Amino acid sequence: MSVKPEGSPKPAVRSRLTFSEQMRHFPWWAVIMIAGLAIAFVAMMGNPQYREALNFIVRPPTSTEMAFGIEVRNGLMMTLVTTIVAYLIALIFGLLLGVMRVSKNPILFHASTLYVELMRGVPMLVLIIWIGFVVVPFLRLQAGDAFPLTNVQGAILGLGFGYAAYLAEVYRSGIESISHGQMEAARSLGMGYVQSMRYVILPQAIRRVVPPLANDLVALLKDSALVSVVAVPEILQMARLYVSRTFRAFEGYNSAAFLYLVLTLAFIIVVRLIERRWRSNA
Amino acid sequence: MPDPIIRVVELHKHFGRVSALNGVNLEVQQGQVVVIIGPSGSGKSTLLRCINHLEKPTHGHVFIEGVDLEAKSTNINKMRTEIGMVFQQFNLFPHLTVLNNITLAQKVVRKRGKEEREQVARQLLERVGIPEKADAYPGQLSGGQQQRVAIARALAMNPKIMLFDEPTSALDPEMITEVLDVMQDLAQTGMTMVCVTHEMGFAKAAANRIIFMDQGLIVEDTTPTDLYENPQHERTRLFLSKILH
Ligand SMILES: Nc1ncnc2c1ncn2[C@@H]1O[C@H](COP(=O)(O)OP(=O)(O)OP(=O)(O)O)[C@@H](O)[C@H]1O
Ligand SMILES: [Mg+2]
Repeated sequence: MSVKPEGSPKPAVRSRLTFSEQMRHFPWWAVIMIAGLAIAFVAMMGNPQYREALNFIVRPPTSTEMAFGIEVRNGLMMTLVTTIVAYLIALIFGLLLGVMRVSKNPILFHASTLYVELMRGVPMLVLIIWIGFVVVPFLRLQAGDAFPLTNVQGAILGLGFGYAAYLAEVYRSGIESISHGQMEAARSLGMGYVQSMRYVILPQAIRRVVPPLANDLVALLKDSALVSVVAVPEILQMARLYVSRTFRAFEGYNSAAFLYLVLTLAFIIVVRLIERRWRSNA
Repeated sequence: MPDPIIRVVELHKHFGRVSALNGVNLEVQQGQVVVIIGPSGSGKSTLLRCINHLEKPTHGHVFIEGVDLEAKSTNINKMRTEIGMVFQQFNLFPHLTVLNNITLAQKVVRKRGKEEREQVARQLLERVGIPEKADAYPGQLSGGQQQRVAIARALAMNPKIMLFDEPTSALDPEMITEVLDVMQDLAQTGMTMVCVTHEMGFAKAAANRIIFMDQGLIVEDTTPTDLYENPQHERTRLFLSKILH
């Protein structure tokens, strides 16, 4: 029997991986992207025109905008508020739709299916334009000054209720992935359909769809640029404004692209962490 | 004879073109332990699932303590609390601990307080022989342990009837007896039980009645000893020779 010398360190399990496997697992893409963004940032800060463009988006000279009781001070913040509020709407309303989509009740099923197919049948951009230039002005005409919805709020609601249709399908597939025996076991104990959904099916289904739901948060962040079309002063809109004032398209749009990349990277990292946590729990 | 606790009248069940039950009549008295056997596809599960209305009959009626499950005025959820069901695949709730598997329906259906329902759950876990698993998750248990939890979960509603659909078919051989022992104990307490099982040892030891089904009909309805020693029908004889080797 071979005796290991005293105090020799135990080989860690990780070191069993070959060098190329280690290289494969390390998130090189993120390192390169972060490094690239950092270099871009330093370069931009050294250039007064880029500094001006970034400043215009991140720290605007003038007004603030109220959206759902939140005081939005600049384009960056408007993008974040748009994304998060729309996502919360989509999460909640999408869940309701997803549950209706698996319902045996014909009214609930067909109403939700109609909604989902309508929303998914219209490009998000068209939907936002339609809400911004048709629905909100029409309602405002009807209700007069009492109408509580600003353009910005209308656009955010449109994005949220549009995304709800996509999330509904994610929830639905999650619910359908739970074995039929779960519902039967709950019902056999005397629990009603709604109780069984709430306590047995949904907790399992939602756990299963956390990764795709998180991915849709990143997708929504990028789609939030669409609300610029109805002049919501978010990152892209502020960049357009800057370009139209200064005619410096390069600096304006490069700055917008830079900011979106920073945001999506941050979101993706958070999403990956959530996924990893989830996989190790499951 | 007193009114039967389960009365099945002219029960038919069709799935599209497939007919699973073709006019089943059955009465089960309070405290009886009935074993149902029969070839695959003969309608055993369908009959059991009609008794607690997981399947809606195409024709015919099921009466539980005289209440017609088909009647519009019947509160089916309330009726189901009187009928426990144990499934072949256990169907435990994987996201809940063993304790919460047993307390969930007590909470949302029976509206029992936390202390009471946990006490009930722990007593039942004691009874099925795994009190130490209260805080484990179903995925951490063996098949036999999971099935015993499933039995405890059903018993927690204080049902008057227990239905078992091949409770040991998904188990490794060495775990079958631990589940059958629990069922046998339950039979001794006077529980009304309807069990689809081909465990003949259990049928002989615990059942006072055995039913042979074939092609959606009850072919033979007798006592276990009679069935083995003196089967009335050729079909029964053939089937028994297959399962008894
Ligand atoms: N949900 C369903 N949809 C369609 N056909 C079904 C359904 N459930 C059962 N059947 C059919 O009904 C017949 C009776 O099935 P059942 O499950 O009651 O048989 P069983 O006696 O329990 O058989 P096994 O021993 O295989 O469990 C079979 O032909 C089966 O294919
Ligand atoms: Mg069966």
